[in-house]
Amino acid sequence: MSRTLLLGAALSGIVLIAALLSFAWTPYAVDGMAIPNRLQPPSGAHLLGTDHFGRDILSMLMVGARTSIAVALVAVGIGMGLGVPLGLAAAARHGGWLDEVIMRGNDLVFAFPSLVIAILITAIAGPSAVNAIIAIGIFNIPVFARLTRGAALSIWAREFIMAARVAGKGRARISVEHILPNVTNLLIVQGTIQFSLGILAEAGLSYVGLGAQPPVPSWGRMLADAQTMVALAPHVALMPGLAIVATVLGLNLLGDGLRDALDPRLKTVRR
Amino acid sequence: MLRFALRRLISLGLSLLVASLVIFLVVEVAPGDPASFMLGINAQPDTVAALRAELGLDVPRWQRYFDWVGGMVTGDFGTSYTYRTPVVGMVADRLWISLPLALYALLLSTALAFPAGLFAASRRGGPGDMAVMGATQLGIAVPNFWFAMLLVLFFAINLRWFSAGGFPGWEDPLAALKALTLPAVALALPQAAILARVMRSALIDILGEDFMRTARAKGLTRGQALWRHGLRNALIPVLTIIGLQFSFLLAGAIIIEQVFFLPGLGRLIFQAISQRDLIVVESVVMLLVFAVILVTFLTDLAYAAVDPRLRRRA
Repeated sequence: MSRTLLLGAALSGIVLIAALLSFAWTPYAVDGMAIPNRLQPPSGAHLLGTDHFGRDILSMLMVGARTSIAVALVAVGIGMGLGVPLGLAAAARHGGWLDEVIMRGNDLVFAFPSLVIAILITAIAGPSAVNAIIAIGIFNIPVFARLTRGAALSIWAREFIMAARVAGKGRARISVEHILPNVTNLLIVQGTIQFSLGILAEAGLSYVGLGAQPPVPSWGRMLADAQTMVALAPHVALMPGLAIVATVLGLNLLGDGLRDALDPRLKTVRR
Repeated sequence: MLRFALRRLISLGLSLLVASLVIFLVVEVAPGDPASFMLGINAQPDTVAALRAELGLDVPRWQRYFDWVGGMVTGDFGTSYTYRTPVVGMVADRLWISLPLALYALLLSTALAFPAGLFAASRRGGPGDMAVMGATQLGIAVPNFWFAMLLVLFFAINLRWFSAGGFPGWEDPLAALKALTLPAVALALPQAAILARVMRSALIDILGEDFMRTARAKGLTRGQALWRHGLRNALIPVLTIIGLQFSFLLAGAIIIEQVFFLPGLGRLIFQAISQRDLIVVESVVMLLVFAVILVTFLTDLAYAAVDPRLRRRA
């Protein structure tokens, strides 16, 4: 296993374990306010210090990881669940009207950055974590549709597909039985990357107040709260940011490592 | 070339039309009538009806859509429900902050990424390459608004080189640029990291081409070959990313403006959402989408100008 993969897996693993652990145990209760204890720097009692309400930052980060992971994961699920079938369908009918409609639809969605989608949804339904998921998820659809279509097209040209067609299999069956297994590696790698982008997007949306609402802890809102106190207690702003950086970095390294591990050909080309 | 441009132009028009329809429909299904929102829950029905008529909300939806689109084509974006001033004026004021900010960031990002990508590609596999690649991995992982807060902490609060936020206006261009510097750096860093990686891999791909071997064989050093023959050919993927980045920067500016209390498009749209000033929301979103579509169009034209092969394919 490469060092990249190992480091990526370790970083993402720590965040995942912290998030799962928070269901059963956190050092302190996340809603445990203790004003006399506010803005304490990191110490033995509070490993990462306390915020302006005296809440334990480590505990909040652990619970916040849940929000980030849940939002990004479901958003990737939406992107894959809708994008992959669309991409497969477009490739199966390459050059046909369906292909054209799907690709033009993709172009259209690409013109709406996920922040803009989130703004639109918030304007209608008000801010919430669910709306953040939808906004990031919609933006993920064309990413996966394009990737799947491109990869599927090159596989449709291969001989074993010709053999399957001669054997009498229909386009839909070939797509599911032969094309999909051959693009899975690519989808896993892209999924990891979109997952990390989703974490960043969720943080950005909740920072501007379009994401998870109080009292659900989220890394982006912790940063928004910390902003006015950055001179007074820098650790309150440092810790959530470092958590985001560690998670995103871990996922990106994991994606790179997986790409090298899953596709040995790419490795030789890159070196 | 002309036919290619014309076809792209038609596709641009269609995209804009569909985008405007989507935005209008999405905002129009929003629950909450702006008129009753503005007057509060105790308002008399006839007062609400009068305000609806004044705001132009009593005409059928399809007619409102055509009025809105028709207005935009002639530069009339309608009148803000809350402030009763033309939307176009409000947007123009804010655009003079958001647009220069995005362009400033694009300039910084490109200026940073080109040398970094060139350096890494020319020392592929060496310690210099590893250092640049490590730095870009980190750069991609840093949320720009958090990086902005760190910049404020370091350069504004500790060193006092810059102010922590606000905008002095363009009367004094130098002061205005100075106020936009920290926000632009914060916006540019993650994009520069992405661009440097694209630049590096594009150059490395080119290095394996036959014409590069020929260039080396006729006696050019690796650096000379890269500079004279490699750079131009690597520009296509780099142009794509620069085009894409502009829209990310414009949308990103909305968030960064919140960190630095800049009165740009971001402030305008968040205020408009909370006041249910739907026409402002519609217009700003349409403007952002227009910018993205326009930049995509211009990038397409730029490729076709750089690479004649693409004119036929597209």
